[in-house]
Amino acid sequence: MTALPAASPKKLGLVIDLDICVGCHACAVNCKEWNSGGHAAPLTDFDAYGAKPDGVWFNRIHTFEAGEGAAGRTVHFPKSCMHCETPACVTVCPTGASFKRAADGIVLVDEDKCIGCKLCSWACPYGAREFDSQEGVMKKCTLCIDRIYNETLDERDRVPACVAACPVGARHFGDLGDEDSPVSQLVAERGGYGLMPELGYTPVNQYLPPRPSQARAGCTGATALPVDDVTPARGFLRWVDRLLSR
Amino acid sequence: MHPAYSVIFFTSASGGGYLLLALLALFGALGILPTDPVLGVVGFGVGFVAVTAGLLASTFHLGHPERAWRAFSQWRSSWLSREGVLSLATFVPAGLLAILWVFFGRTSMPLAILTILLALATVSATAMIYASLKPVQRWANGYVLPNYLLLGLASGATWLALITAIVLPAFYATIVLDWTAIIALGLAALGKVAYWRFIDRSRSASTPESATGLGAIGKVRLFAAPHTEENYLLKEMGYQVARKHALKLRLIALALGFTVPAILVFLAMLVSGWAAVALLALATIGNAIGTLTERWLFFAEARHTVTLYYGSEAA
Repeated sequence: MTALPAASPKKLGLVIDLDICVGCHACAVNCKEWNSGGHAAPLTDFDAYGAKPDGVWFNRIHTFEAGEGAAGRTVHFPKSCMHCETPACVTVCPTGASFKRAADGIVLVDEDKCIGCKLCSWACPYGAREFDSQEGVMKKCTLCIDRIYNETLDERDRVPACVAACPVGARHFGDLGDEDSPVSQLVAERGGYGLMPELGYTPVNQYLPPRPSQARAGCTGATALPVDDVTPARGFLRWVDRLLSR
Repeated sequence: MHPAYSVIFFTSASGGGYLLLALLALFGALGILPTDPVLGVVGFGVGFVAVTAGLLASTFHLGHPERAWRAFSQWRSSWLSREGVLSLATFVPAGLLAILWVFFGRTSMPLAILTILLALATVSATAMIYASLKPVQRWANGYVLPNYLLLGLASGATWLALITAIVLPAFYATIVLDWTAIIALGLAALGKVAYWRFIDRSRSASTPESATGLGAIGKVRLFAAPHTEENYLLKEMGYQVARKHALKLRLIALALGFTVPAILVFLAMLVSGWAAVALLALATIGNAIGTLTERWLFFAEARHTVTLYYGSEAA
């Protein structure tokens, strides 16, 4: 059924810290790796090693510049399915292949019902859905349902692959419907926001804005002198230095 | 938006086809058109062929055409599904009407009304598929639905004038059909000009700033795209037509699609016999080329909010 379920109290989603993200693409790579063998597998690639590689990705990392000069910022910006509260990608689906789960709010595609009409990708303002022209069906982020509920994994690994991979802790996973959850508190504390609120899709995923930049860097304790000018004063180290400089 | 030829053909052909069926039902029920069997065969025949060819064409761009039957299931929420259901439902009263007309030489007011309502509803559902897509501001507006209906009416009325001129050369009320075509072509042109004025003067509420939420820092611009090569999103939603080409194509659509056909239909009223048929045939061909051009532009000029993430400054 592509009619939306009653709003669920549980809203699983991601919180992405734009202040921390370094744009390393590790989340996208681990997403691709996990999902190439996961629920929505395969994530087809075309001409992967050729001149014009193309393929299906659930998560893509853009880099933006905002503002000018010293006040300007370079912001790395990962973007994947927002698991919206009112996802038009679901309601436009003519076949019932697209659905939003009542239990946790995750938006999924039943690939056995999908006719590949692409209308859902038109209805998504964020570009979260990609057509797999080899499989003839639409693919999208599953929030790694095959990880987060997977009891064969260690409990700490039951997070989406993108969250597990992030080396700087810029990605958080949790229940945004629960005001007391760590992710909700993070959003409240840092002024997290959803994208394109004017369209009314009410995305569940939230972004934490970059913190204001600091005018001066703090003291790190390192010397400001060029290393070449540093010669050991005397004694044993001076003898070693002369020996090595020979 | 990427202009897929199957969808351009489908929406143009089925729009004209459904409105032709509606006009046949209307003029038949009002007693303006005689329930002549040959007119019935050709008129309903052309209507059903246009509609069926359009519907079949619409399945060509599917990833799994063999599952197309599933698209009839979600009419509660999906305009695409509603379009599918309504398009098939129209065949029932229109088919019964055609049988009455051809084999029994009569018409039926209830069947005619049902045919007209379902035909209008089908074309409206096609329009609503686009008009309900909020990420595409150039589609999600009040101009799209009347445009689809008027363009279908213009094609359907021109086809009916031509068919009647061929099948019933001695028909007494040609003037009604010709003026219907001229008025429909004029209204379609006005509707299209109004639509173009609207899309030229308005902008999407979405911007790179609202798409990223970084507007508080300053103006937002793309520094590095996610991948070096084009992806599905750019191929499907990033299609752009050069503005100077768009202007030329608009003129072609307006002239060939509506203005010249309207003049040709008017001239056809002044002559008779095969001269009139030739003029109406030219009008029909011009209208077809113009309508296809217009439909191509409807896609090519539409911009999707996802392009804001790939360097577009407006959607």
